[in-house]
Amino acid sequence: MATAEAINEKTLKVQRFKPSDNPSKNFFTEERGLWAWMTTVDHKKIGIMYLVAVTFFFAIGGALALILRTKLLSGSSITFIDANEYNQLFTIHGAIMVFFVLVPSIPAALGNFILPLQLGAKDVAFPRLNLASFYIYVIGAIFTFIALLANGIDTGWTFYTPYSVESGTSVIWITFGVFILGFSSILTGTNFITTVHKLRAPGMSWGKMPLNVWALYATSIIQVLATPVLAITLLLLIMERVLGIGIFDSTMGGDPVLYQHFFWFYSHPAVYIMIVPGFGIISEVISTFSKKTVFGYWAIALSSLAIAFIGFLVWGHHMFTSGQSAVATTVFSFLTFLVGIPTGIKILNWLATLYKGSIKLDTPMVYALSFLFIFSIGGFTGITLGALSVDIHLHDTYYVVAHFHYVMMGGTLIALLAGLHYWWPKMTGKMYNETLGRIGAGFIFVGFNTTFLPQFIMGAQGMPRRYYTYIDQYAAFHITSTIGSYILGVGFLLILYYLLHSLWKGKTAPANPWGSRALEWQATSPPDLHNFDHTPVIINGPYDYHKPMEEFQLGVAEEHDHH
Amino acid sequence: MGRLFDFMLPEAKSPTAESTDALFHFINEVSLILLLGITISIIYFAIKYRRKSEDDVPPVITHNHALEITWSVIPLLICLLIFGWGYSGWLNLKSVPDDAYEVKVSAMKWNWIFEYDNGAISPAELHVPAGRPVKLVMKSRDVIHSFYVPDYRIKQDVLPNRYTYVWFNATESGESHIFCTEYCGTDHSGMLAKVIVHEPEEFETWLQTSGSASVSQDPVEQGKNLIAQNGCQACHSIDGSKGIGPSFKGLWDSEETLADGSTVKVDENYIRESILTPQEKIVKDYEAVPMTSFQGLLDDEQISAIIEYIKTLK
Repeated sequence: MATAEAINEKTLKVQRFKPSDNPSKNFFTEERGLWAWMTTVDHKKIGIMYLVAVTFFFAIGGALALILRTKLLSGSSITFIDANEYNQLFTIHGAIMVFFVLVPSIPAALGNFILPLQLGAKDVAFPRLNLASFYIYVIGAIFTFIALLANGIDTGWTFYTPYSVESGTSVIWITFGVFILGFSSILTGTNFITTVHKLRAPGMSWGKMPLNVWALYATSIIQVLATPVLAITLLLLIMERVLGIGIFDSTMGGDPVLYQHFFWFYSHPAVYIMIVPGFGIISEVISTFSKKTVFGYWAIALSSLAIAFIGFLVWGHHMFTSGQSAVATTVFSFLTFLVGIPTGIKILNWLATLYKGSIKLDTPMVYALSFLFIFSIGGFTGITLGALSVDIHLHDTYYVVAHFHYVMMGGTLIALLAGLHYWWPKMTGKMYNETLGRIGAGFIFVGFNTTFLPQFIMGAQGMPRRYYTYIDQYAAFHITSTIGSYILGVGFLLILYYLLHSLWKGKTAPANPWGSRALEWQATSPPDLHNFDHTPVIINGPYDYHKPMEEFQLGVAEEHDHH
Repeated sequence: MGRLFDFMLPEAKSPTAESTDALFHFINEVSLILLLGITISIIYFAIKYRRKSEDDVPPVITHNHALEITWSVIPLLICLLIFGWGYSGWLNLKSVPDDAYEVKVSAMKWNWIFEYDNGAISPAELHVPAGRPVKLVMKSRDVIHSFYVPDYRIKQDVLPNRYTYVWFNATESGESHIFCTEYCGTDHSGMLAKVIVHEPEEFETWLQTSGSASVSQDPVEQGKNLIAQNGCQACHSIDGSKGIGPSFKGLWDSEETLADGSTVKVDENYIRESILTPQEKIVKDYEAVPMTSFQGLLDDEQISAIIEYIKTLK
């Protein structure tokens, strides 16, 4: 359904096409059937398979969280799970949410789908490697399930030695699972870096890349550099348990604090693997729903890289009470404050983008604005924890639990929801119910804050984390927190309902329902198997809302017109 | 002086807590101001600049150097201030006064044991004199634990392979909670203890009387004290109730089924072996949680006393 229209641009006659709203051919309709999906090298199908897997694990991790919160309604009188079961549940909740949900969620699920479209590429640079990374993820998941079905795991998601060396649970299986999973992450990162360098469409200079691409690029660099350290650490832990070599276990001459250094050398940058892609989504959504160019494009793009770099140098702030040297502690505290600055700059840039915009509060924008509020709290409390004397008091209390949920769940997960609602029409070709979407966002916002705000207070009051029982003075906070978690649960069920409902009953989505200027919206909804009919040529930036929409439509020079 | 965020912190009972609290309040108050600014801007912009027509063409504002430098430099300065403040407070926490009274701390799954300069021992209760700095020299017998007293704003991990230190100065007599804040397994949340602060004379009296129970001559009495001091009852009950390990009640002379299906008669040698090398013969259904070895911690005479005491628990 191309509406042809000739525009004289320099001397070249260009025939432009409005992307058709209801394509008869798209990537769903071609290469159909289970086998075609399982062997596909199409980045869009692989992205959707990741999305399904991540949703599955999120459902498990979320259900475990609700069981934990239900137990914590009372310190000692609720005993439907015992202490060992409780320890296993919080370990599995953490391990699943970090390794199986947050790390792959935005890059591997949404990123896989969107990145090549935003670059004007047919696919990622190494499509087969992309499929391989998905299967590596699945194999890692299988090992993890074996661990759960065998003896479970009770070490906490951090696997701290020497506890993890002597624990009677399936430490080897699960760490091996996470070890395998790491390769999936490394391959995705390698793939994205290559794709960004080599497969940008003609005219897409670094300065015309969407900020989402910059964010995914910075994330990929961290994935490639940091994940191997986790792999080595877990391998050493496995060798320690199997072969009895003394690296971390003091009874064999090792040092348990060394494990903490190794572990956080990966796991702190991993925090940025989880949150930086969220920054990318927020930049896209805020610009689109303000119809305004992003304020401080280069500041946002380069601050992602700055965070990626400084993020490698702050791991010791997880260890202020561990007995590491005083010099190390001081330096790590100092650097921690430096990493806060680029993050703060981003928040203010997004605010400035809203200024004098044309703001429409559709569901993705509601999520993006609640992200600004919640993530700010996550950032400020991070400053509190970076301050040495204050951290001594707050370390390993519920204050820390609240802080990282504000960053990881309030940050990454809400950004993921913003991105999911934003690109849902592009991915599925269907519109969800907008009213239910906003109600769902309300449930998430209210439920989230009800759950985690009280945890700041009880943590500062002294309530330690990972406690099966607690003394009475913390009861009111725990009860409020549990009520909040139920509200969150209802919110997520509602979202699941209307998104699934839209697949069958939803209205057909137009190619560009939000009026965005970014390239992915010039493909059809859902996109064609090879994304674009012709290799796009990029003339304008992705946020040039002051130029008319026609200028962004793809076209071909008239001489070569074969439509 | 009342401050906005006072409700978040427990009462401070050590002088070093004051600097920590002042910084906590400062960060919270600055954060609240900034958060309010951000939130009000969001709401104001969302209303003022709401979309009136799909044909709106907002202005092109790409950047503003003066503004961006301002909002980078001011937070940086605030952060540097917070760093310096936190650092100086932390130096105080690290610098133990020379005249501090020293107490040795053993952490183990799942109890705290405190040993005083005259050899007195008190499990799960740390007795200290008011108004005098107290230095704790801490070591773990098994995994990593962490010593935390919210009222004093102090916390330090306790490691198996080296000594760590922490100090405080309890200003008034009274009691405060001690929590373990490094996850250590099944009964992590039960690894609680109390600081009991006495007036100085009262503390001396306590030290001479209650704390010296371990030098009792009667072996049964000595065994009973040893079991209390070493925290055995965290896992082994003396009333027959099921715990993490088998109960001591009715244990003596009984026939136990082991994890590998074989049976063993509980005699002197089995109890001795279970104390020194607990992994050798584990009773069925108790495999999940490995017991810590007491090799080097209890001598032969003490083990004999424990055996005498277990014999009396029929």
